[in-house]
Amino acid sequence: MSVLLDHLPELWQGLIVTFQLTAASFAGAAVLGVVVCALRVSPVRVLRAIGTAYVEAFQNLPLLVLLVLSFFGLPEIGIKAEPLVTAIVVIAVYEAAYVGEALRSGVNSVGKGQGEAARAIGLTFSQSLRHVILPQALRTVVQPLGNIFIATAMNTALAAAVGVVDLTAAANRVNLIEAQPIPIFVGAGVAYALIAAAAGFVTGRLERRLVIIR
Amino acid sequence: MSVLFDEPGPRARRRIRVATVLGTLAAVALAVLAVRQFAANGQLDAARWQPYATWPMWRYLLTGLWSTFLAAVVSAALSMALGLLLALGRLSDRRWLRLPSAAYVEVVRVIPALLLVYVVLFALPRYGLDLPLFWKLCVPLTVSNAAAFAEIFRAGINSVERGQTEAGLAVGLTRLQTMRLIVLPQAARRVLPSIVSQSVGLLKDTSLGFVVSYGELLYSGKVLAAYNGLLIQTYLVVALVYLVVNASLSKLARTLESRQSVSLRRRAARA
Repeated sequence: MSVLLDHLPELWQGLIVTFQLTAASFAGAAVLGVVVCALRVSPVRVLRAIGTAYVEAFQNLPLLVLLVLSFFGLPEIGIKAEPLVTAIVVIAVYEAAYVGEALRSGVNSVGKGQGEAARAIGLTFSQSLRHVILPQALRTVVQPLGNIFIATAMNTALAAAVGVVDLTAAANRVNLIEAQPIPIFVGAGVAYALIAAAAGFVTGRLERRLVIIR
Repeated sequence: MSVLFDEPGPRARRRIRVATVLGTLAAVALAVLAVRQFAANGQLDAARWQPYATWPMWRYLLTGLWSTFLAAVVSAALSMALGLLLALGRLSDRRWLRLPSAAYVEVVRVIPALLLVYVVLFALPRYGLDLPLFWKLCVPLTVSNAAAFAEIFRAGINSVERGQTEAGLAVGLTRLQTMRLIVLPQAARRVLPSIVSQSVGLLKDTSLGFVVSYGELLYSGKVLAAYNGLLIQTYLVVALVYLVVNASLSKLARTLESRQSVSLRRRAARA
């Protein structure tokens, strides 16, 4: 246990980076995911095709391949950024495909009659979206979005493989110095479990408050 | 049409045409921008792409892909077996089986795979367990995916109606026989699409071989890039190979799913 206390500053710094990666990339993925979902449900065929291509590409490429490509490939064509920023952008772009699909399944879960009724009483497209469709769609996607958040937190660990010093990398470094793997890796595992548990608790509360029984 | 809009009228059709043109222009602009960025940095020279038109390069990458498949198949088989045991354990009515299985699934689900890889790479050798490279990749993948497969199997078993188990017990089969002969075959068929899509996830996870230095596709790309210095070209080719393989598997999952829903609907119609 004392190993953890001795190296608390490094591990804490790593945990902060993991928090930053998780929060920033999930926020980015949420914004981008809404765009992707809008593309995929739009009446314009070209936009639908772009959305589908985006989802297919990023759901089928391993995140680590994208990270490696961006960290070592993009500087070759003159695109350089801070490692932390690169990692955040890559993870956000990757998770946006999943967020978009979750949102789309939410939109599709709203009964067809709801949209027809909204249009029949004269609401415009954006009004019917804002007052009728989205409030119902968002409720059904709380749980899937919570799962994507947890997956995002787990996936940020991959940034350690390309040199971002997050919790996983910090734990690994401390282990290389101290050679006491059990307390160090168990400690890191507990920290990840706590992040996931917190996310699960929040989504559980949200869902109980929002869910509508049909 | 979807829940969002009706058949478009004349004005909507005009707007759709405008959006089509704008969308196409945006996509083309993005492509042009990318190509210009490549050209401006001299990455479009034929000499930098030529190697990927030669057989030795592809033979090397395909060897990597073969190792990727090998690792994926072995980890998938092991983690499915372990996952099935965990699912049965979690559904058993014996507490000493149920609690450890549930604990395993809940704990492993929230630990990043990379952390497990580091444990196998750096922690186990300290306790005298230095696995061969192949197993350094397969063991963490098996450990983490077993939890996911356990949840898939559990959902499948739970989806089989209770009457099926009751009927099995009523005709005198033991609990184990009922599970093996009646419940599991039905459950397996229902969760087949989820199993395929989880296997795509597992195939994606094998890219962790990059960290383990096991010679799968991504690590082969790393070695190749270090050797010929064509960083972006190599990683783009590697990404393309992953994309083709995984997209085909995902397509298979969707086909299975649509077939299944058709056969379910047919059965419902007959009933």
